[in-house]
Amino acid sequence: MTAISLKGVSHTFETRRTKLRALEDIDLEIGENEFVTLVGRSGCGKSTLLRMMAGLLRPTAGQVEVGGQAVTKPRRDVSLMFQRSALLPWRTVIENVMLPVEILRLDRRAHRTRAEQLLALTGLEGFEDRRPNELSGGMQQRVALCRALVHDPSVLLMDEPFAALDALTREELSLELQRIWGEERKTIVFVTHSIQEATLLADRIVVMSPRPGRIARILPVGADRPRSLGVTAAHDGELDRVGAELHELLFAREPAGVPLSLQEPERNR
Amino acid sequence: MSTDTATQVDAAPGRNLGAIAVRVLLPALTFVVLIGAWWLATIIFDWPSYIVPTPLEVWQEMSDQRSILASNFKTTLWEALLGFALAIAIAIPCAVAIAYSRTLELTVYPTLVALNAIPKIAIAPLLVIWMGFGAGPKIVMVVLICFFPIVISTATGLKSTPAEITELSRSLSTSTLQDFLRFRFPWSLPYVFVGLKVAIALAVIGAVVGEFVGATKGLGYVIVASGQNANTTLAFAAIVLLSLMSILLYYAVALLERVLVPWSEET
Repeated sequence: MTAISLKGVSHTFETRRTKLRALEDIDLEIGENEFVTLVGRSGCGKSTLLRMMAGLLRPTAGQVEVGGQAVTKPRRDVSLMFQRSALLPWRTVIENVMLPVEILRLDRRAHRTRAEQLLALTGLEGFEDRRPNELSGGMQQRVALCRALVHDPSVLLMDEPFAALDALTREELSLELQRIWGEERKTIVFVTHSIQEATLLADRIVVMSPRPGRIARILPVGADRPRSLGVTAAHDGELDRVGAELHELLFAREPAGVPLSLQEPERNR
Repeated sequence: MSTDTATQVDAAPGRNLGAIAVRVLLPALTFVVLIGAWWLATIIFDWPSYIVPTPLEVWQEMSDQRSILASNFKTTLWEALLGFALAIAIAIPCAVAIAYSRTLELTVYPTLVALNAIPKIAIAPLLVIWMGFGAGPKIVMVVLICFFPIVISTATGLKSTPAEITELSRSLSTSTLQDFLRFRFPWSLPYVFVGLKVAIALAVIGAVVGEFVGATKGLGYVIVASGQNANTTLAFAAIVLLSLMSILLYYAVALLERVLVPWSEET
């Protein structure tokens, strides 16, 4: 089953003078419960692509489909998570997790139980009544993850969710996300700059190139799960091999690199 | 904003009490020293009390004239509070309109800035001509003075919702009203309180300015009247009471902020 399908998707940001082609002709199919990471250098349109899947942005050409339906606005079964936790400081942890339930007017009692289970799953048991500013950055992202999962969406879109965390917390959370994905099967699209995160988590890595944003390569990661980090990991070879390839692709010199701002200054009208 | 120490939250209550004591004691000590300096100056320079009265004389005047001062205190307090409340009632809807409408922002906002540039004190005599000697012109003066900081800070707050919060709200398909009530307005509250704290200090000033130009009661009137009789001690007593009123009102707003916006950065 295809969960997300992109057909000939392009996006052009128009400024007064120029048109910036953020994405050009993206074709991609993401399967149900697949974990896909989007990797690429800054300005390759990863976040733009994610926002189109979320229905926050309309493509200027092509079609985005989730669950076989064209995306024209945000959907309830698609959840978002950002680099910053976006927790509401005036709400407690549990109230933050329950926010989508309140706004989407879902059954509170049933979801309250689920919220508590999710908090337990992410190791936040006992922190229900704390406020976000009492939590560390890693804990805040865990709460944000619970909030994204509370209404049981089928697709989870994550925009560099661990990028603002320190390296150790980041690693810890990647492993935790893998574990949670094992228990809560979802289709996950995960934008990252980190080669390690991309290889550890992905079934497939979509490598993007900038100016205009295109899919440069799709790398399948065959290693068994659960994957782990460190020298004793049995599948080290596979992750290292993919990591090296990814590294090569990301650091490849752009062919005849032309600065984005100078590219095709098409005048409007 | 956050550190990696969720366990540090319940810091020892004893240390908290100590911190509060320091926060109360140090300003109190400064205050005592200042009064002492004032007293010392009156002794050293031997000023007559119609130039500068001693703190003790002011204290005695305050207790002798207690009923007159109390009723005038109430008048000024009432004008300041009513004006402040009215200013909030007008300024917050204005700020919402400005924050939500680009057109209004472009048309109304520059006009507001221009109006704010008018020295409000200069209007005070006109207000008396238009509205007479009652409480009306004083309250209007307070509104005029308080309005601007509240509008500015509220509009700024409403426009400062972080991008990820806006996207979260959009991803949940909130209505404009839901978005306002659940995200934008609560997010703006710390900014609103910045404006309110500036405004409440100005409110007392506004009331006194209003009373200076044409009044029959209020602490501003007491100061003007005692100036005419060279009763400096009474004027000092009124000034002390005005400061007290200002301080109390400021801390009342700050306390309200603590209760309503406990997540706001501590001041």
